[in-house]
Amino acid sequence: MGILEVKNVGKRFGGLQALGDVNLSIAEGSVHAIIGPNGAGKSTLLNCLVGKLIPDTGSVMFDGQSVLGRKPYEINQMGISRVFQTPEIFGDLTVMENMLIPCFAKRDGAFELNAITRVVNQHDVIDKAEAMLSDMNMIEKRHMHASSLSRGDKRRLEIGMCLAQDPRLLLLDEPTAGMARADTNNTIDLLKQISDERDITIAIIEHDMHVVFSLAQRITVLAQGTPLVEDTPDKIKGHPKVREAYLGETAH
Amino acid sequence: MFGLNTKDTTLLLIVAMLTMFAPFILNPFPADSAMAQFNAGYPDLMQRFVIFGIFAIGFNILFGLTGYLSFGHAAFLGVGSYSAVWMMKLLTMNVIPAIALSVIVAGLFSVVIGYVSLRRSGIYFSILTLAFAQMSFNLAYSVLTPITNGETGLQISLSDPRILDGAGAARYPNLFGAEMNDATTLFLGGWSFTFSVGYYVCAVIMLLCFYLSVRIFRSPFGMMLRAVKSNQQRMNYTGLNTKPYTLAAFVISGMYAGLAGGLLAAMDPLAGAERMQWTASGEVVLMTILGGAGTLIGPVLGAGFIKYFENIFSKINDSVLHSWFSFMPDGIEDLMVTLVHPFVGKGWSLTLGIMFMLVVTFLPGGLVEGGQRIGRLLRRKPAKDDSASGKTEPAE
Repeated sequence: MGILEVKNVGKRFGGLQALGDVNLSIAEGSVHAIIGPNGAGKSTLLNCLVGKLIPDTGSVMFDGQSVLGRKPYEINQMGISRVFQTPEIFGDLTVMENMLIPCFAKRDGAFELNAITRVVNQHDVIDKAEAMLSDMNMIEKRHMHASSLSRGDKRRLEIGMCLAQDPRLLLLDEPTAGMARADTNNTIDLLKQISDERDITIAIIEHDMHVVFSLAQRITVLAQGTPLVEDTPDKIKGHPKVREAYLGETAH
Repeated sequence: MFGLNTKDTTLLLIVAMLTMFAPFILNPFPADSAMAQFNAGYPDLMQRFVIFGIFAIGFNILFGLTGYLSFGHAAFLGVGSYSAVWMMKLLTMNVIPAIALSVIVAGLFSVVIGYVSLRRSGIYFSILTLAFAQMSFNLAYSVLTPITNGETGLQISLSDPRILDGAGAARYPNLFGAEMNDATTLFLGGWSFTFSVGYYVCAVIMLLCFYLSVRIFRSPFGMMLRAVKSNQQRMNYTGLNTKPYTLAAFVISGMYAGLAGGLLAAMDPLAGAERMQWTASGEVVLMTILGGAGTLIGPVLGAGFIKYFENIFSKINDSVLHSWFSFMPDGIEDLMVTLVHPFVGKGWSLTLGIMFMLVVTFLPGGLVEGGQRIGRLLRRKPAKDDSASGKTEPAE
């Protein structure tokens, strides 16, 4: 029984069957990659997990509870954090404030009318945010506006913000898309470190095979809305079906 | 001090000084000099400065922090005024119950309007609030005449019950006997300074409102509101429900508007539907943007600026202009009067419009940004990139 159990999930957009019949089980504590060519349904599947889309059929269970029909913020409070393809951070706020917000969300829940207390007096939250910024090697940038960070730092900050909530499952949607090689390698190292040091499950959607094979313990290959194979990276590398899905018939 | 950091305490003290000494500051010219018409230190106008300051401070909590642009806040102002006048008709001429009721009614009203309008964001939210305000305005003008007294406006009269007031009670709005329009005038040489009870009641309430808004800005709640403006997507995926946050901001700013409306009625016990018209809603938007949306002091400055233009520039007519330019030869005098004429008197809004365009174009952060730039020039400190955005430095 994995921490995330996807059973018979299907999703149709008009005439397009985006997801056919997806079954997926992500084991607790693992790094699980979902790969597939363009249009395979990776993003649709991810959106079904976080509450942005509701699948037409099937069930999605997180830690024994269904996530279907719940709002994204409710699913997040259950323990699923999501990192976006382009970093979604609070650009108008400082790096420190960016980190404080998930810490407050973790402590106070989805809504809290604490309009008279002062942020500077919330020492527990401030300490936690500072510790997380130190972990991310961003403590010296705490006073910068988040929008003026480099692409790699924005990604680090976003991952840090997700981790500040102590999620049980971290979902990453092409975390290295559009990054320079050095930034990509930094992100790989960061994710490896997170996976080693924390009690966390990571599910990653990725195009870049270098990233996938450096990180993943299990890989699911998705093609045309259905899982083709699921196996360890070594097996996937040489799998004829995968080569076919990625490279077409001519690869033989 | 007061649970604020040094910078905010300084700001609060400056605002306190300005409001407490406003009768002096706003009357810099001797009463019989040619410049006396630029004096703004008379009670009626000073009350408007601080009352519309309250209105703008509240509006800024919604617009400045969350970025939700309401075009219907005048509805809450009008509702506040009607509630206050009713309280003065039925219960007592003491302003405290009147003001309390105006805040409560405006709060309830804004829960309803906010709940519906906040289902949408951006331009659709603005249009929804505008529609609600225009509905309120038209209802107040027509079918709600029994409550609002239609076009005549709601007034107090001697025959009103006022069940709490005895036979000898004050006949004008008062605070435990001190009538709002009581005033003493201090003559110093050629100068005269008027101190009115009404102004100081409004000024103290505005200071409290300003203090509360500083606390909200520096609270976790205020930070969440700025996060709503910055990235709602990230809010939702950080386990935060944006709807109650925006609704709370909407209701708080609606209550500020109701308080302002209640104070308007407390200073001058009548309420008319025109207070709810869309131009009144637009005015508070202009005040906030002109002063600097999202800054603490900006809305107050903007409110003062616009009310000053509205009341002072509109009084400059052709005969005043002729007296100004009378030292010039006749032909040039007439030419100067003709040139200046469109910008003053009835044309005051033209001047205001030009000022507004200049500020928005060259000082997107409003008058506050102008002040910051001047301050930096004086200190000869090179401008830093991250501080040039015209925003107040967030609490940290």
